[in-house]
Amino acid sequence: MTLYRTTFGGETFRFADLRETLAAASPLRSGDELAGIAAQTGTARVAAQAVLADLPLATFLNEAVIPYDSDEVTRLILDSHDAAAFAPIRSMTVGGFRDWLLSDAATPERVTALARGLTPEMVAATSKLMRNRDLIAAARKAPVTAAFRTTLGLPGRIGSRLQPNHPSDDMRGIAASILDGLSYGVGDAVIGINPATDNIPNAIALIEMLDELRQRHAIPTQSCVLTHVTNAIEIMARGAPVDLVFQSIAGTEAANAGFGVSLSVLDEAHDAALGLGRGSVGQNVMYFETGQGSALSAEAHHGVDQQTLEARAHAVARRYKPLLVNTVVGFIGPEYLYDGKQIIRAGLEDHFCGKLLGLPMGADVCHTNHAEADQNDMDVLMTLLAHAGATFLIAVPGADDVMLNYQSLSFHDIAYLRNTFGLRAAPEFEAWLEALGLIDAGGHLPDTDAPTRALIAGAA
Amino acid sequence: MTGARGKDPWDRLRAATPARIGLGRAGTAEPLPASLDFQFAHARARDAVHRGVDFGALAAALAPHETILVDSACPDRATYLRRPDLGRRLGPGDWPALDGHPAADLVFVVADGLSADAVQSHAAALIHACAEPLAGLMIGPVVLVRQGRVAIGDAIGARLGARLVVVLIGERPGLTVADSLGAYLTFAPRPGRRDSERNCISNIHGRGGQSHAEAAAKIAWLARAALARSVTGIALKDDVPALAPAGPTRLAERP
Repeated sequence: MTLYRTTFGGETFRFADLRETLAAASPLRSGDELAGIAAQTGTARVAAQAVLADLPLATFLNEAVIPYDSDEVTRLILDSHDAAAFAPIRSMTVGGFRDWLLSDAATPERVTALARGLTPEMVAATSKLMRNRDLIAAARKAPVTAAFRTTLGLPGRIGSRLQPNHPSDDMRGIAASILDGLSYGVGDAVIGINPATDNIPNAIALIEMLDELRQRHAIPTQSCVLTHVTNAIEIMARGAPVDLVFQSIAGTEAANAGFGVSLSVLDEAHDAALGLGRGSVGQNVMYFETGQGSALSAEAHHGVDQQTLEARAHAVARRYKPLLVNTVVGFIGPEYLYDGKQIIRAGLEDHFCGKLLGLPMGADVCHTNHAEADQNDMDVLMTLLAHAGATFLIAVPGADDVMLNYQSLSFHDIAYLRNTFGLRAAPEFEAWLEALGLIDAGGHLPDTDAPTRALIAGAA
Repeated sequence: MTGARGKDPWDRLRAATPARIGLGRAGTAEPLPASLDFQFAHARARDAVHRGVDFGALAAALAPHETILVDSACPDRATYLRRPDLGRRLGPGDWPALDGHPAADLVFVVADGLSADAVQSHAAALIHACAEPLAGLMIGPVVLVRQGRVAIGDAIGARLGARLVVVLIGERPGLTVADSLGAYLTFAPRPGRRDSERNCISNIHGRGGQSHAEAAAKIAWLARAALARSVTGIALKDDVPALAPAGPTRLAERP
């Protein structure tokens, strides 16, 4: 029987079980305080981290934070664990794994080979022993590529989702935002609309509009209307041109039920999308969003901290070999991530955990108006994530999403990351941008607006 | 954008969306005027979150309605933002002002929520606009709540013995609209009611949102239907598709 206790500075700290230790070890955030599971004191937090550090990684294969019999996500995690992939690190403790990840011995080849041998709880525990810089350094060692009409995740590149939302789904308004984004070289990860009205006929109209626009301009990218997965199944059955199937997912069976999904529903949607065979350079057909706090929001957290649950959501995602996964860090509200400091930390954790588990992980670097955050915090997080190797970031016109009423990154911000740090768009999309003159041979925006005028004229 | 010649190609497209398109750029940055516009809108939204409602002025504007001012269990805004559970409960004290009222069909509760501006601008006018469409119903005193969430209406409605509670509350402000009011109807209010047992009318504001008269008509329609059928929530919404809230597909926070 594992004992979760340690002595620090002459004081003994005890934790009831693995779940309580993980929660207490998590860096401070409002969601764990709201759930009543955060460490009571700063010293207790460090003590919990010390307890975690000495735990063998194998502990997580024997002690589930949510019981196997009552949660299909736990069953997925344990039943799909790859013992052969785990073998190189099977004798390590969590702290030993943290040290190894940060050492030169942990090459990208070795780190990426571990993915199927890692459980989300192992990765979450490891992240709790890392500072922000460690999360960046380690995530950079876990590149993940995925492809549909573009290839995402290649070294030296950063993708972007063009998010052209409109408060009443006006087709011309959405098209105007798409043209704006394309003129900044945004959209190689996906052109993805959150519909204001979530019903099937409306979604089909938007999907057809996106497909028509993509074909007219011969844009090598994929589109997605972020409607519920059960709608997507029906929409595909009706023959609409669906590229990617979207769903918000969480890390417990009960929270997923709150979203109206289960593994069997996701299996069905995944099979249907694969059957369409619409990808050209790859067949990664799923797009997932996750976010710390979603399980607590659905009152389905089982006393597990929100960061560990987020990593469990990543385990759900990886079953489907998705093209895109992003945390909506900062969107869910200050009762889960209170301020810029907590949002930045969570964004780096989510990216690290996703990458270690083998996901093409991106982020919606964002905040709401009732969080203690502003665009300065977003600047910091996007810059850090770009250096950590994020697969893609979301961008909207002028950083202002006029439908969901929150602030994300602007199209300008993607251009900033590319120009300042020499990062490039996905190769297929980049070639298209260059052919139209929307970027120059160096990947920079041109001095003239003639290509943008031509793009707008061509769309009229 | 440098090197631009002739008419701005974005002029025609701007009319199609409130999104911040065609801003131009300074290097890869937003031009300064666009940057200041954005920061002004953000500052206005944050002011709406953090400014306190002038409840004295609100009570005066509600006359001749009787008003009762109460506090939630949140002592301040910082706690309110972190602890939605406390914003759903009445603060310490007996609140004797809530006792001794005759049982009403309907009670209005006005909570500051996330936008003081919304409550200050629209709550009194909306309640007055409801007078005619709600004629014939027994309306109780209007309860004003500092640092309140939607569900505090359950405790207040139960205490007053109201058959139906209508909570008017400031919605989360956006950059375009910082003064949007929401209305939540709950039949047989009592602590523990779920969000699925409420009906919501959102986007009550003056920038392309629902007018006071439109919102009042919908509140009255829902209130009479709720009282006739003894239910609110999904069961009632199913019959009123035009009132179904828009469903953005995002991980959502609870009101």
